[in-house]
Amino acid sequence: MAQVPAGQASERQRGESVTSWNGSVKRVLRGWQLYTLLLPPLAYLIVFRYFPLYGAQIAFKNYNLVKGISGSEWVGLKYFNQFFHSYEFWRIMGNTLGLSLYHLLVGFPFPILLALSLNYVASARFKNLIQMVTYAPHLISVVVMVGIIMQFLSPKTGPIGALLGLLGVDTQLPNLMGEPSAFKSIYVWSDIWQHTGFSCIIYLAALAGIDPALHEAAVVDGASKLKRMRHIDLPGILPMAMILLILETGRVFDLGFEKVLLLQNPLNMRTSEIIDTYVYNMGLKSMVPNFSYASAIGLFKNVLAFILIMTVNRISKKAGQSSLW
Amino acid sequence: MEIARMKNARGDRAFSFIVYLFLCVILVIVLYPILFILSSSFSAKDAVTAGEVVLFPVGFSLEGYKAVFDEPAFLQAFLRSVGYTVVGTVINVAITILAAYPLARKDLKGRGLFMLLFAFTMFFQGGLIPTYLVVKGAGLLNSPWALWLPAALSIWNMIIARTYFQTTIPHDLLEAAQMDGCNDYAFLWKIALPLSGPILAVISLFYAVDHWNQYFNALLYLNKPNLYPLQLVLREILVRSQMSTDYMGDTADSAKMLGLAELLKYCLIVVSTLPMMIVYPFVQRFFVKGVMIGALKG
Repeated sequence: MAQVPAGQASERQRGESVTSWNGSVKRVLRGWQLYTLLLPPLAYLIVFRYFPLYGAQIAFKNYNLVKGISGSEWVGLKYFNQFFHSYEFWRIMGNTLGLSLYHLLVGFPFPILLALSLNYVASARFKNLIQMVTYAPHLISVVVMVGIIMQFLSPKTGPIGALLGLLGVDTQLPNLMGEPSAFKSIYVWSDIWQHTGFSCIIYLAALAGIDPALHEAAVVDGASKLKRMRHIDLPGILPMAMILLILETGRVFDLGFEKVLLLQNPLNMRTSEIIDTYVYNMGLKSMVPNFSYASAIGLFKNVLAFILIMTVNRISKKAGQSSLW
Repeated sequence: MEIARMKNARGDRAFSFIVYLFLCVILVIVLYPILFILSSSFSAKDAVTAGEVVLFPVGFSLEGYKAVFDEPAFLQAFLRSVGYTVVGTVINVAITILAAYPLARKDLKGRGLFMLLFAFTMFFQGGLIPTYLVVKGAGLLNSPWALWLPAALSIWNMIIARTYFQTTIPHDLLEAAQMDGCNDYAFLWKIALPLSGPILAVISLFYAVDHWNQYFNALLYLNKPNLYPLQLVLREILVRSQMSTDYMGDTADSAKMLGLAELLKYCLIVVSTLPMMIVYPFVQRFFVKGVMIGALKG
């Protein structure tokens, strides 16, 4: 405030010479304009993000359509206990965590491998081609993706039978979509096929940020490409990899619910029922929907997920690694 | 010294060979399913039903595409989805800017609190059922607004836009404009937005792809077939293998009669993904840019 440039100071004096009161009102009004801009997003936030939080109380109530959210009577932890003691509880928790961890562990290294490899391609055209082709499947909608998976795995019309036929093998293929033991692998590997290219963009950005002088110095010292990859590139993208790992670990309960729901059928239900699909099947799809029971399960999951992401972030902060905030 | 360098050269050549081999294998793995679907869609229906297609079309024919384009229900769903996507994206972009711009301003009082309000909902939600009850209570069931309003803002995209505003619109510019009597509305509309072309492109793209590919909200909130977006019609045909006369009219019967059903699926996959793939080469750099801005911590 003390060091106002000369021009600005004279501007201010001219403004204040009208009335200083007028000026300060103007400044407050200026602030008001920003708040009015915020009104529509805040209205959205309250109605569609915070009101559902208020409505989540039906998890502790016996929700009755006629009585409404506040009118229904409290039942405490009844529905939580019902879920914990249901014979499906451990199966659903196991499916959710199993699928998530499988996805996390198997899926995590591929984008890194792809980015590291792309970084050592000398030909710009080849590099562009690979990027173009591997990013493209990311845009396929989840419905179409599941359609593709089903066409591909169809024992009768899919290409696998025909390919084996070319090799002289003539066997009756199993119907993998109806095979409970195949469900997790179908989900995970099709995801890797679809998203590896896109996920590698962020690592390519991290690699581009590495000081080229490091590589030049290493070449002068006679380091091989393999050594440079291990000792320069890999440490260079490690912070980014850590952040993404935190994000992913914090989201183990947030699976691609829409895809699981589409891949689900009565035959593979034993392995494909995860928390989110269970909430949907119990709460909205069922002939006798139980909103309170489904809300209780959903709330249980959200609380668990929230605790998890907070914990993971704290651990990584303590370990001196990058954190989310 | 000389020997070590020669060893390195040999090692480097082997390294490069492995890198190229790995990338070629990836290329084949990604391309093969795409080629298989394209080839199948151009094959004769009997070859498709018998599973004879491996890589190239067998008995080239356009029969499937003809059936798809002859079907008004499919075309209607396609156009409906275009409408849902355009309107939805306009709403998204408007709400995103209205939130991102004030939150990017350091002189906004209570900025930290507002930011917390927004960010908190990224990590904790009410859940599926309470959200459904809100949409139902607002009377939005069976209305396109059910697709637009509950998804009106993505906090993640808002943070990307906010980061962009913070880093590219200099504060001096604001001060200079205020000196000239420019208010915040005018500054946002006439100065900040024209400077924000790239970020508008990025978030529009992210939102548009989400709308086009989205099926679950429609499944949840719409139950009249004449409101179904394309993805929901595709779900019936591709995933549930149901060609109800609700969606496909007469084609459903004739497709079954003529053994077209399988061929039709491949053609639908191609036609519904085509708009994305046509736009894709032009927008690829925006996607990359969006990921980069997102990678910066706000």
